[in-house]
Formats: sequence, C-alpha cells, structure tokens
Amino acid sequence: MRAYTDKQNAQAKAYHSDRFYKSPQLAKDKVSTDEIFSADLKSLEENFEISESYIQKGQMVLFIKPNDIKAVMKHLRDELEYDFLSEMSAIDFLAKSNQFEIFYQMLSIKKRKRLRVKFFIDNGEAVESICDIFNSANWAEREMFDMFGIVANNHPFMKRLLMPDDWEGYPLLKTYPLIGDESAQWYEIDLIFGKEHRAVVGPEIRDTKRVDQKDTTQFARVGSEVPYGTKASNEKTNFSEFQEDGGVPFITRFRKDLQKTLKKRK
Amino acid sequence: MAQHQVNYLQEGGLPVALTTVDKLVQWGRSNSLWPLTYGLACCAIEMMAAGASRYDFDRFGTIFRASPRQADVMVVAGTLSKKHAQFIKRLYDQMAEPKWVISMGSCANTGGMFNTYATVQGVDRLIPVDIYLPGCAPRPETLQYALMMLQKKIRRQSAFSKAKPKRLV
Repeated sequence: MRAYTDKQNAQAKAYHSDRFYKSPQLAKDKVSTDEIFSADLKSLEENFEISESYIQKGQMVLFIKPNDIKAVMKHLRDELEYDFLSEMSAIDFLAKSNQFEIFYQMLSIKKRKRLRVKFFIDNGEAVESICDIFNSANWAEREMFDMFGIVANNHPFMKRLLMPDDWEGYPLLKTYPLIGDESAQWYEIDLIFGKEHRAVVGPEIRDTKRVDQKDTTQFARVGSEVPYGTKASNEKTNFSEFQEDGGVPFITRFRKDLQKTLKKRK
Repeated sequence: MAQHQVNYLQEGGLPVALTTVDKLVQWGRSNSLWPLTYGLACCAIEMMAAGASRYDFDRFGTIFRASPRQADVMVVAGTLSKKHAQFIKRLYDQMAEPKWVISMGSCANTGGMFNTYATVQGVDRLIPVDIYLPGCAPRPETLQYALMMLQKKIRRQSAFSKAKPKRLV
C-alpha cells in the first residue's frame, strides 16, 4: 500500500528536490583549438601559474592563484589587450568545500574575445581590489561585499552597495533564506517604529494564495464595505453619490434620455 | 469670458442651493485631490499615463504635486523595498491632514510577486491605506476608478470629525 500523503495545499509543495539530479555542464574544449586563446595562454603561463584552463562556449576559462590577481589583470590589460572588465563577483561553494569562487569576466574589443579568470578563496579570506586597474571593479567589488561578505583589500570605499548599511547578513549566500532571516523580515518595522511594534503589525503574510473573504482587516469588498475589523456582510453599502439621492451637491446623475446626439457636425 | 444667459425662473429656479457644510466641504475636498508624485516602479508609468492628456486626471481636479506638503493623496505606485521603507513613512508624515493613501498594484498591496527578503510585504504595514488597487500593473482607467472610489469615500465622511487614530501609530 502506498504511504499516505497529505493532498492539502499541494501547490505549495510542487517544488521538489531530486536527490540524484546532476546539473547539466557545458562541454569543455581544449585551449589549443583556438589560435588567439592559445597564444594568450602561452603568454600568461610564462609569467604566472595557471592550474587549469579550458574553452567553454567560445570563452576561455583560467584558474589562477589568488595572490596573482593584480599582476594577471595588469598583464591582461597591458600586454594581451583585454581592456574591459565586464563583471566580477563570487560564487558560493561553502557547502561543498567551504570556499568561494571569484570570477572576473574580461572582454577584448580588438580581438573580439571573452575570457574568464577564476580562483578559489577560503571562507573568511579577503581578495585584493583591482579598482586601480579597472574602474568598473569598484561597484562590482562593493556588490560582492554586500551580497557575500567578501572584503576587497585596498578598496577606496568598501561599503554596502544595494542593501542598507545596517542590514544584517549577506543575501546571496546559499544559506540565506529567500524571504530573509528574522532581522530582514522585521527590518522596516524595527527601524521605523521600534521592536515593540512587532506585535501590533504582526508577521509578514508570505502565502500569496491566501484569500479570506471574511477577513475585513486586509481588504474591503467593493460595494459592501464594512469598518475595519468588523464582521463581513453581503449588504450593499449605501453610496449617496448624486444630488437627486440626497448626495453631493452639483453632482447629478447622467441621464442618457435627456441627451442629444448630433447626427452631423454643426 | 463666456457670457451665460440664465433664466432663473425657468431653469431650476433661484440660484440658491441648500446643503450641509459636510457635503459642501467634502465636495470640495473630493474634487481637488492632489496626489504626490510617488512612482516607485512600473506602476509609475501607468500613473503618469493616467495623469497625461489621454486619460487626463486634471478633469477630476487631480493635479500631481512634487511636494508632500501640498499633497492630499499618496498613490504608492510600485514595489516598496525595505531600504526605501523609512522614506515612505517620512513622506506620509509630512503630508497635511486630511490625507489618503491609494496602494496601487500588487506589489504595494501585498509585496506581489516579490516574495523576497528585500521587499515590504504590503505598504499597509507602514502607513494606513484607504484604497487597495489590484493589478500588475493596473491600467490608467483602473487608477481613475480607484480615485473615483476614493472620492466617494471622502464624500461619505464627515468634514469635521476628529481624525480617527489610524490603523498604525
């Protein structure tokens, strides 16, 4: 016999995790298949230690040592004509190996090539800022600090970029819940009204499917409204809109039978 | 100026209308609702369309003001992020009584599709709301309808009733 499963609220449980799921991986090609990339890699390997390199989706991926990052960036910009840092950030691998992967996405406008420089740092370690080489790293490093808590050393203005300054926690960590931890859920209430106001407002309603027609503290039903918190009723609310009904002066009912429609422009 | 010839004996008698102060005051208030330009996200585009000439809010006496001190209605048009939450409260407090709030769109009503850490799950957690306008985003006609509903609500109120303590603080 099949085990009993609760069919109530089945929609909320539609998301399941497959224990044996393996995320699809793009094919990795050898760097030697591309002339420009193999020349770039050769120039880099003469100066730095490259632990792994491959081409994925037409873009070269390089793994370097964390301490080399500034020299590698300078080399890429000045010698190899990779003159544009389009994005840099981190990826959370804390559950797997207690490490962050840091990536730098580069573009060479002259060569029409993109490459990605990557390295791993341990949890709690800092990276070296590359603001003085690529200005676009300024906000990207601040965002990385905001979202992952990874500090960039020697950054001119290491401060949160997106979240408020007094925010607790780092939202892009995989351990951070999507709806936020306790301090996040009460952030605006604590800030504006104070902690004692939590009981007045009550917790956030996160169940978007929930509709209670009899709940008059959330929504009033149009046409049969009742005061806040009182019992819902089906009786029509008496709007006295028009002057004829004893309502507002000067606002009269539009009577179609008294109107004249012109057949022709005067 | 246009010259109007009014025949008092035929068209509605003497030029006198008898009414109560309540009705007169609320008639004035409801027909000169000045909203604060408070666009937060994509609903703001619909709000701007409602204010522009095609939908023409001006004919309801609704003229957008750029200062909370000159505004009567706050149309919260869009997603309210938690970082911005303190400013909506500050702007609401700066508006002079009497004041009303239209919560425009799903995001302002309940947080909408942004069931995340960074979005306020409904502006009514921070300020009292008079009209909840559903939609994502509501069309300009819908905003007009919400405004007309608000006008009806105002016309029902008493002009000199002491401002009731609103739902929150």
